[in-house]
Amino acid sequence: MPEAWSEAWPGIWPWIVVLTGAVATYVWRGMGVALSDRINPEGQLFQWIGAVTYAFLAGLIARLIVLPVGPLEATALTDRLAASVVALAIFLATRRNLLLGVGAGVSVLVLLTVGRVTWL
Amino acid sequence: MAESAYRSPRAAALGGMRASLGMPAVILGASYLGFGSLCREAGFSLWLGFASTATGWALPGQIALVELYAVGASLLAIGSAVALTNARLLPMTVALMPLLRHPGTPRWRYYFFAHFIAITGWTIAMQRCPDLPTDQRLPYFAGFAMTLWSVTLAATGFGFVLASLVPDYITLGLVFLNPIYFMLVFAADFRHRIRALALGLGAVTGPFLHLVDPDWGLLATGLLAGSAAFLVDRALDARAGRPHA
Repeated sequence: MPEAWSEAWPGIWPWIVVLTGAVATYVWRGMGVALSDRINPEGQLFQWIGAVTYAFLAGLIARLIVLPVGPLEATALTDRLAASVVALAIFLATRRNLLLGVGAGVSVLVLLTVGRVTWL
Repeated sequence: MAESAYRSPRAAALGGMRASLGMPAVILGASYLGFGSLCREAGFSLWLGFASTATGWALPGQIALVELYAVGASLLAIGSAVALTNARLLPMTVALMPLLRHPGTPRWRYYFFAHFIAITGWTIAMQRCPDLPTDQRLPYFAGFAMTLWSVTLAATGFGFVLASLVPDYITLGLVFLNPIYFMLVFAADFRHRIRALALGLGAVTGPFLHLVDPDWGLLATGLLAGSAAFLVDRALDARAGRPHA
C-alpha cells in the first residue's frame, strides 16, 4: 500500500513520510511523560531497550561513514575512516571538546578529498 | 557554572536561552546545516526539511528518515527505523521528567515541552536542574531546548540553500558533520559498559547487515547486537557476583 502511494501520489508521499517520522518520534516522548512516575529506569527491560538503541545508532553511524548514500559516495573509504580516527583522537586529546573534534574530522576529510583531486 | 538559582522562573527561562546560544547552538546548528544539505541531496523540498525539523526533532531519526526515503524504503521500514532510532527518548524522558516536576504545573505542559527533549538539551537539563528550585526547572529546560530548536530550524534552511551555492567539498564537509558529531557524542558513553558493548558490536555489525538487506539491516543490527550486548553485560555481572536491580 505505501509503495503504491509513492507512485500514485509523488507529491504527497514525502509528507506522509515526514508525518510518520513525527509520530514515531513524539510517541516515545509522550509515553515517557505518561510512564515517568510509574516505571523503573534501572530495570532489565530498560537495560535491554537501551542496548538495542545504542547498537542501532552505532550501526547507523558506522553505515553513514562506511557505506554512505549521496555526496559522500564520491569520497574514498580510507579518507572517511582516517577523518573519523582523527576526530576521535582530537576529541579525546582535548578533554572531549566537541567543536575541535568535529572540526578536525571534517577538515581532514575535505583536505584529503581536495588533495586527491588536485595532486593525484 | 558557579551560579545556582535564578531570581524568578522567567529569569531561569532567559538563562536557559543564553546557555543554549553558545557551544550547543554552534555544534547542533552546524549539524543541522548538514541535515539541510542532506535533505536537498535526498530530493526533499525546503518545506519538507523544515517540517521534519519542526515536528520530528531528533537528528539521528531525521537522518534515518531522509536516507531511507532516498533509497525508496517502504513506509513500514521508515516508520520502524525512526521509532527504533528514537526509542531512546522514552527512557530519557522517564529519567528527566521527575526532575522537571513542580506542584501545580498543568500536566499538558509536560506533554508539550517533552517534544523538545533531545540529546543536547537533555544532557544539560540533567546536569543543571538539580541545582535549581523546582519552579525554575521547566522554564530553564524550555528556554534552552526551544532556543536550540529554533536555531536548528534556521540551520536546516541555511544548509538546504548552501548545498546548492557552495562548492562540492563544503557540502561534503557539512554532510559528514552528522555522523562525526554523533560518533563523538556517543564516545562519551564508552565508560558505561553495556553501552560500550552495544556501540562496538553495532558499529561492526551495522554495515554488514546493511549489505545483506538495506531495508531491515539496521533494525536487525539493533536487535542482534543490542541483545548480545545485554546478555554479555549480564554474564559479566553474574561472574562478578553482582545481583540484578
